[in-house]
Amino acid sequence: MNSIQTLSRNAILDAVRGNQPAARPMPAIPRYHASQPIDLVATFCESIARMAGVVVTEQISDPDSFLRNKFPDAKVICSAVPENPGTIKPASLNHWSEASTIDVCIVRSPMGVAETGSILLSDFELQVNTIAFLAHDLVVLLDPKDIVENIHDAYEHPHFKQRPYSVLMTGPSGSGDISGVVVHPAQGVKTLTVILSRGPGGDSRNG
Amino acid sequence: MSKPIDQAKNAEAFLADTVHEQRLDKLLWVMRQRRDAAARLVPEWEELRTLASAIKEHTLSRLSGYLLEFEARATANGVVVHWARDAHEHNQIVYDLLAEQGTNMLVKSKSMLTEECELRPFLERRGIRVTETDLGERIQQLDDQPPGHIVGPAIHKTTHDVAVLFSEKYGSDPKNEDVPYLAGIMRENTRPGFLHAAAGMTGANFVVAETGAIVVATNEGNADLSANTPPLHICSVGIEKVIPTTESLAVFIRLLARSATGDTITQYTSTFRGPRKGAAMHVVLVDNGRSERLGMKRFWHSLKCIRCAACMNTCPVYRRSGGLSYGSTYMGPIGIIMMPTFEIRKYSELPFSSTLNGSCSNVCPVKIDIHEQIYGWREVMEENDQIQVVKKEAMRVADEVLSHPTLYQIATETLSTALQVLPHFAIYNRLNAWGKHRDIPEAATETFHEWYRTHRLNRNEVSSS
Repeated sequence: MNSIQTLSRNAILDAVRGNQPAARPMPAIPRYHASQPIDLVATFCESIARMAGVVVTEQISDPDSFLRNKFPDAKVICSAVPENPGTIKPASLNHWSEASTIDVCIVRSPMGVAETGSILLSDFELQVNTIAFLAHDLVVLLDPKDIVENIHDAYEHPHFKQRPYSVLMTGPSGSGDISGVVVHPAQGVKTLTVILSRGPGGDSRNG
Repeated sequence: MSKPIDQAKNAEAFLADTVHEQRLDKLLWVMRQRRDAAARLVPEWEELRTLASAIKEHTLSRLSGYLLEFEARATANGVVVHWARDAHEHNQIVYDLLAEQGTNMLVKSKSMLTEECELRPFLERRGIRVTETDLGERIQQLDDQPPGHIVGPAIHKTTHDVAVLFSEKYGSDPKNEDVPYLAGIMRENTRPGFLHAAAGMTGANFVVAETGAIVVATNEGNADLSANTPPLHICSVGIEKVIPTTESLAVFIRLLARSATGDTITQYTSTFRGPRKGAAMHVVLVDNGRSERLGMKRFWHSLKCIRCAACMNTCPVYRRSGGLSYGSTYMGPIGIIMMPTFEIRKYSELPFSSTLNGSCSNVCPVKIDIHEQIYGWREVMEENDQIQVVKKEAMRVADEVLSHPTLYQIATETLSTALQVLPHFAIYNRLNAWGKHRDIPEAATETFHEWYRTHRLNRNEVSSS
């Protein structure tokens, strides 16, 4: 920090200290769970559908053939999961902008959120963050047991305190900026497909 | 000294064109209805609003401590934290970072703060090419206009407007008004920018002191691309955006998108705690009048704002006049109470662009007493002699008449008769602000007092005798 910025920092902090109102208490934040247990998987599916995401609930025994069938024109499949070989791995990208050459990206999410239909991704799962944005289509594996009820639960995930980058992603990219008409995609992926599939083992919440 | 912005006059062109006016009114009212529907599905909605308000008030009351906590955590995460007292310092810091990077190209996502600081013209004068990557913001950039709404910058434009604009700028088909086609044109033209720019910029919706994180909510994914693709990520954020913890962030995320568009969450709600390997992340904390506003006993609550625009969507004045008419960075009810803190003379007329119906306060997710602050600003304008002579004289006369019942009775009876006989020019002239763009309601054939004298007074006398 140069001397001007040190001056600015101190001036701002002094002004804030001099003007901030008398101390107000921090409220306790309840967790707001539903009074009756809810079907987390069904709620998750309904929520993500509202945001134009697609959920595959049937068992997929061979993810590779699933991808080939769903995206027959895909040439470059970037796999960040052991269940699928893909045609490339994130580590093989020389530059993060090279992710724009990817047709389909497949990655596992450590958490889904029933309230919103969001899935969590971070630099830990993605390795190269741009694969989730510059690819045309994104396929996400999610273990049903990793679905939490609401956003309060979601922000307890250790990723938010440990990873440099984490994102709650809810459906493909979209925009309502032209005349309020919602369209997909905007700048990110064109489609988001979530496959509910058991994880390979271990506790994914400790990513 | 700047001349006061005349919002009503600026709205004239917008009002004259009924297509845009009626469309905007309808569109924003749909947003308001979607917001109501989303809120009704959350049983604890009102509790969340109370919590959000309390968390913000707590944080603002200990702001210096939380700013220092954020700075320490972010620095430990590898982020370089800068402090800017005003717009010029902010712009200079950003320019210096770009110059150091040796780039003349910047991709950025939407940030009202950078609009407030007028960053884009500052950088462009110094040879930096800035590409807005939010669809609405890019439309406004191409049309050389500021945002007309803080969530949907081009919401006042029709698909026809966008089709014509894109054909002029991108050579697309001017007759094709299909929205997916237009969004596709934007995608084709903007995405290459992410791949080649050496620097990307975002704003932030929240700053989390506990983790040193900035949180950005978008639907398009353009903030994630701006921050993740180039090797340099610069984030500009106002000092009032800090909140204490990730736990408290959850309260705001549950309120934000529901209040803005009626969705449960934005497509991308992203947390940036530090740079990736081989890249750099800088956060510029900007004051630009906020610390001063913190000391204003009647107005510091406006710093709680989370920029959802619910107050704009519900405001009858905003919906019928469009955001550009306010001639200010922040518009609508929240703009009315924020802008005078930047420049009192220039924005002295804005607090009068309100019906004071209180709807803005009722929908505000952080319970800012917006309509009461609007009234408060009117008082400030009067105390500071910032009210137009015509308006002031009208208020003086009203004050005199309303405080004397006999005078009031004579005035209403005379006016009622006068409205029936006076020629048009005598009623609709520049001295009657109410007569602009609206017809004076037809005068009743008798005043209430006249009616009461005829129908009730004698009867009461009889019954009580």
